[in-house]
Amino acid sequence: MTEVYLNDKIIGEVENGKIFARQMIDERRKNNLPGDVNIFHDEQSDSIFINSSKGRVRRPLIIVRDGKPLLTEEHLEKLEKGEMGFNDLVRQGIIEYLDAGEEENALVSFHEDELTTSHTHLEIGPLAMLGLSTSLVPYANFSQGSRVNIGSKSLKQGVGAYCSNWATRMDMDISLLHTPQMPIVKSIMHDISDYRSHPSGQNIVVAVMSYEGYNMDDAIILNQSSIERGLARSTYYRPYAAEELRYAGGLIDEIDVPDKDVKGYRSESDYAHLEGDGVVYVGARVDEGDVIIGKSSPPRFLSSMDEYSLTSASRRESSTTVKHGEEGVVDFVLLSRNEEGNRLVQVRVRDQRIPEIGDKFTSRHGQKGIVGLLLNQSDMPFTASGIVPDLIFSPHSIPSRMTVGHMIELIGGKVGALGGRFVNGTTFSAESEEDLRKELQMLGFKDNGLETMYNGMTGKQFKARIFVGNMYYMRLKYMVANKIQSRATGPIQLLTRQPTEGRAKEGGLRLGEMEKDTFVAHGASLTLKERFDSDITTIPVCEECGMIAVYNEWKKESYCPMCGENSTVNNIEVSYAFKLILDELKSLGVYPKLVLENKY
Amino acid sequence: MKIFDEYKEKLPLKIVEEVREHTKGLTSDKIKKIFEKVYDEYVSSLVDAGESVGLIAAESLGERSTQMTLNTFHFAGVSEMSVTLGLPRIIEVLDGRKTLSTPTMEIYLKSPYNKGKDIQKIAAAIKETVLDDIVDEYSINIVDLTIEIKLNKEKMKELSLIPSVVSKAVSKKSKKYSVKLDGDVLVLKLKNKEENLNEVYKIKGAIKKIHISGIKGINQILPVRRKDEFIIITAGSNLKEVLKMDEVDATRTVTNDIYEIHALLGIEAARQAIIDEVNKVLESQGLDVDLRHVLLIADTMCTIGDIKGITRYGVVSEKASVLARASFETPLRHIINAALIGEKDELNSVIENVMLNQSIPVGTGLPGLITKFK
Repeated sequence: MTEVYLNDKIIGEVENGKIFARQMIDERRKNNLPGDVNIFHDEQSDSIFINSSKGRVRRPLIIVRDGKPLLTEEHLEKLEKGEMGFNDLVRQGIIEYLDAGEEENALVSFHEDELTTSHTHLEIGPLAMLGLSTSLVPYANFSQGSRVNIGSKSLKQGVGAYCSNWATRMDMDISLLHTPQMPIVKSIMHDISDYRSHPSGQNIVVAVMSYEGYNMDDAIILNQSSIERGLARSTYYRPYAAEELRYAGGLIDEIDVPDKDVKGYRSESDYAHLEGDGVVYVGARVDEGDVIIGKSSPPRFLSSMDEYSLTSASRRESSTTVKHGEEGVVDFVLLSRNEEGNRLVQVRVRDQRIPEIGDKFTSRHGQKGIVGLLLNQSDMPFTASGIVPDLIFSPHSIPSRMTVGHMIELIGGKVGALGGRFVNGTTFSAESEEDLRKELQMLGFKDNGLETMYNGMTGKQFKARIFVGNMYYMRLKYMVANKIQSRATGPIQLLTRQPTEGRAKEGGLRLGEMEKDTFVAHGASLTLKERFDSDITTIPVCEECGMIAVYNEWKKESYCPMCGENSTVNNIEVSYAFKLILDELKSLGVYPKLVLENKY
Repeated sequence: MKIFDEYKEKLPLKIVEEVREHTKGLTSDKIKKIFEKVYDEYVSSLVDAGESVGLIAAESLGERSTQMTLNTFHFAGVSEMSVTLGLPRIIEVLDGRKTLSTPTMEIYLKSPYNKGKDIQKIAAAIKETVLDDIVDEYSINIVDLTIEIKLNKEKMKELSLIPSVVSKAVSKKSKKYSVKLDGDVLVLKLKNKEENLNEVYKIKGAIKKIHISGIKGINQILPVRRKDEFIIITAGSNLKEVLKMDEVDATRTVTNDIYEIHALLGIEAARQAIIDEVNKVLESQGLDVDLRHVLLIADTMCTIGDIKGITRYGVVSEKASVLARASFETPLRHIINAALIGEKDELNSVIENVMLNQSIPVGTGLPGLITKFK
């Protein structure tokens, strides 16, 4: 007897599980059962699991009977003519969806010619084993698996046309590529996913060589002139928003140009870009710290203020300003109301981002790199036919990573660019390297993609032939302009008097415990002290009781509140954090007595 | 020669002896020149005053050991005998753990046993045998409330045991029951008249672990050939009992249990064991850490005559400074305990001075300026 479970609940028993499961599946194929039901016969525990619940991952497979797929040439013709769709095949029981359980009972073949009578299903195509974005990697079956993974990950970070209605959207941290292109070497997934409507890279000329040493260790060299012609140029968008919040007592925020008597009023020039309604005008050039949306809020702690203050309590300044380290042009202003009916102002700032040293670029094979040098076209190497590469890629990135797909794409791109056609680089069913080489030879180039090149600075011919071709390259969303940070002095934290943390707050770079250890290991005692001087303070200490004394600024003298004015008080220099520890010890009931002694 | 005596005062004896050995047959002039060079080299090799040797040792070992984390669970050396190696073993040694995850011994044998004579017999004598190892079957007679234990003759023969010895060992263990020997069947009967089936089951569980023969604590043995002699590798360790055996070469037999070595052979041996154990791991991972870093760490652990691990209970608790102890782990506990007895922190070490933002007493911070008034 075989137990039968429907969605993990036992519903009964059947005589023969195997036959029952087969009958159930047959009924499903005849459409007598819903298509999203899956039947799994677990032979080990001899029980049947019928699943119809949501959340199962299922995938389509072609049904095979007696070693022959049910999908025939006839169907393919009809599909091509458009007389039939994919859903018709599912309805007719030619293709079915399996979940993880039912897959256990299936024997699936990758290729039609490997079918035997024991096979139950045929893969629609070997590409089906890859996900959507991994299918976009051309010649992936030639590269190491991990590199294909990295390549498919960087595809998601590529700057491009991420959607078509971007002009009316207020998306955070978004870049748009100005002139995106469809890749020359594409896979069928580019067509299926309509990649043409949201491409994210450009086809550029790549030379695999080292040049002046500026493309060591995954760096790349870019052609400055190409950039000036618009290569990989993008725009960065940053939305800002302000809302008129309502507070208790009928008080409300006001979006307008704040009055001068508002608490925390900035300088007049900071509000220069605002129009009469308190919002910037479209097209204004704004810099860091400039007010974009002027706003004032009612005072805090209102009740106590009313009684004592003669003048009406002044309002607080609460404008929205351009973030630290950012600039741009106001792109779009949106005035609306939110769900609660409060007035909502949204402003989008755009900033043109020209590729610069430190920006991240990648091919589709996990070969990402940072721009190490921008070279003028006149200084770039050139081929015998006068082609100047847009990008110089280091040959040392290839052997250890084994991204052969990267190099085949280079040849494929070259063939496509020269022949004026797209090249099919679909994983497992691509145009063969051999064919590409033959075609390249027919186009008048060496079949291995090598070309004679000359040094752009000296004009001398390179001894080695250089591997040149076209590749699809993407600019990734990580740009130095969003990361660059430095600080000499700046804001400090209120409690610890140490520098703030993080780029947005103009923070310092932490010299942590392990970094401290390196100073100690070098014996650089005074350098270490200086590095930690960021929160240094002078505190008066009573020699009598060893506690922190008081400095009277008016009388210019120190005294100990415990021992009176007669005890001697000396100043010592310690970090403010240590003073805090002393305070904390006192709050614990521990008496931290400082015993002073002359340093020399 | 005179020159040797002169340099005996300036150089360690070992170096002088080495020079003597290598300079045989040279003229005293040449020997003198050699000594001058050796002395210069020796002086320049000395650690400078104020060098942070401790921190450098910690960094040298710590930086390298982070590379080991991946290949930890490797079987080392001999088949089927797994020994903890890699980072876990280093942590075990430096923490001064008392119970090891895999205690093991390498037992060397005296001649002629090291050539393979009677090796199986010796091995069998070393391995601990408990009752369970030689029993075929336990059966409980519910009516009489007795346990009948059928012994395995073949296994006993391998260990050269006879039933009466087993019977004696079992009866020695507890006075709750009486043992009767019936051929190769032991019959255990409760002495207590208030018979209880539960009690019988309890006894049945307890007697399985009764020690019959061999050395306590040694669960597995593996005779292996190393170079041109046979040694016995064990899982489990009992140095004291093993060294008592006549066939064992006591001068070379080792255990990886440092506390056992300390108890039996003293602190100097324990120090050497720490060095050897750490070095063994480093070598097996192909790491090149200077011996002197390991020496310093071993010295630190053994300096008070007892083994102290590098933990908050070990060497850290021995630190003189309250602030230094508090900065390691459990700060509140240290501060409150210090407050209870009114401890004084002299600010003599590194961490305290970093906390106060004073220059630390190492390197350039060590020398003070002294001016003499005329």
